[in-house]
Amino acid sequence: MKVIQHLIRTPESAIGLGILVLLALVALLAPVLSPGDPLRIAARPLLAPFTDPSFPLGTDRLGRDVLAGIIHGARTSLAVGIAAAFAAIAFGFCIGLTAGFAGGLVDEALMRVVDAFQIVPSFLLALAFVSVIGASAPVVVIAISLGAWADPARLTRAQVLSIRERDYVASARVIGMHPVEIALKEILPNALPPVLALSAIIVAAAILTEAALSFLGLGDPNVVTWGSMIAEGRNILRSSPSLSIFPGIALIVTVVGVYLFSEGLTKTLAGRRAEE
Amino acid sequence: MTLLEIRNLSKHFASGGRNVAALTDIFLTLEPGETLGLAGASGSGKSTLARILMRLLPADRGSIRFRGEDWLALSGAGLRRRRAGMQMVFQDVLGAFNPRATVASVLDDPLRIHGVVPKAERRGEVAALLDRVGLPTSYADRSIREISGGQRQRIAIARAIATRPSLIVLDEAVSALDVSIRGKILELLVELQRERGIAYLFVSHDLAVLRAVSHRIAVMDAGQLVEAGTARQMIENPQSPTARALIAAVPRLMTGPPQGHKHEF
Repeated sequence: MKVIQHLIRTPESAIGLGILVLLALVALLAPVLSPGDPLRIAARPLLAPFTDPSFPLGTDRLGRDVLAGIIHGARTSLAVGIAAAFAAIAFGFCIGLTAGFAGGLVDEALMRVVDAFQIVPSFLLALAFVSVIGASAPVVVIAISLGAWADPARLTRAQVLSIRERDYVASARVIGMHPVEIALKEILPNALPPVLALSAIIVAAAILTEAALSFLGLGDPNVVTWGSMIAEGRNILRSSPSLSIFPGIALIVTVVGVYLFSEGLTKTLAGRRAEE
Repeated sequence: MTLLEIRNLSKHFASGGRNVAALTDIFLTLEPGETLGLAGASGSGKSTLARILMRLLPADRGSIRFRGEDWLALSGAGLRRRRAGMQMVFQDVLGAFNPRATVASVLDDPLRIHGVVPKAERRGEVAALLDRVGLPTSYADRSIREISGGQRQRIAIARAIATRPSLIVLDEAVSALDVSIRGKILELLVELQRERGIAYLFVSHDLAVLRAVSHRIAVMDAGQLVEAGTARQMIENPQSPTARALIAAVPRLMTGPPQGHKHEF
């Protein structure tokens, strides 16, 4: 609760938190806000926005409700973004912990693998992965996290190496604490917060990657996503630009929200560090 | 029986391709209930010695016998168990505690690890420790971040005496504290020594502090022991230039205006 109080104190993180809470609500309540399949044909095609009160954002080429698409697309974007970030951070954290604790040859080997993943452009990696295995939500999540786990791994390793040398770890050794307990109780909880601060950036990047994959037609074809909506609207961009613009705005607002929130989160964690 | 016997202890660090001797052939002994002050300027190797003694750093050469056992030959569970006998208080009153810890958890850890008292009595023992170092027992539930530097050092001392050790290494234990608090902490240490017969290895660059608590003082310079003797003898009649420099560094309180100067206003 203290963390949330801290977060609301800075205006940017309050705005970011507001946007994210709103998006989460929209995503969770999508079946209530716009019942039925968002991919069904609901009205006459290419209904202009702001003309029909029952379809405030109009319809697309096939007569599908754009607002319904955006509401349901929020689900996909957030779910894929958060799942990918979670997977990337969990995996990266484990690899970083192993490298930091083991040291020596294990550390060297793991860090060269991390290097390899950092060198490959993450979008190309995801693209290749999805094209080979086929588009479905879990594959997209894995593809995105493949390109994102290297940063948390590197940061975790650096944290472990630095915390290992702190006096409180020496103090734990002095009282005879078992090395496993030192790792779990003294080092791990203190290594985690900076890595978590990284999570928001990874979520934002994951949402963008997911949109880009869908835009290229490599998303799950059975769910509506903002990326696929933009791709759909691209064909008639000149006559009906709103079809691409609305999902584009949704994407921008989401990513900006995540970034603002991450900014606030980083500041909060840094502030708590300064108090210590 | 001699409590601690350090012989021929040497240690070097590789720094930028150069070998830097941190300790060269150190000999020291410590009797039960005695305070040995270890003086020296920054970088003289006294903290390295403390850390090797605590088995936080490996030694290159030499032997340490503690309570009749070869202290450097111990490892693993055997070492962890015997660590109860030798404890340490760190200089950095902030860095020596896990930022997430509460006072109770800091004091409970050594009691739990060494099974000093039965589980049901641990909470009572934590309260007794707090009381012994002059803190209200209500402090147990506080976060370590919420209390002042002097109070933290009292907690550090309470943690060090929790396992009922026969030796406590105090690494610049009062250097980071206010002068007013410093005296009270030193008093507490002396009281605890009288009460429990704990020996101290008191590492400090401040001879004024060492004179107040030490029975004997050893002076280090550039990794070597340059002088050792009783506290009085050391301070009244220092032999080495290092010891003289350390004595000269202790400020004296002036009473009245400085002599021999005419002030013009």
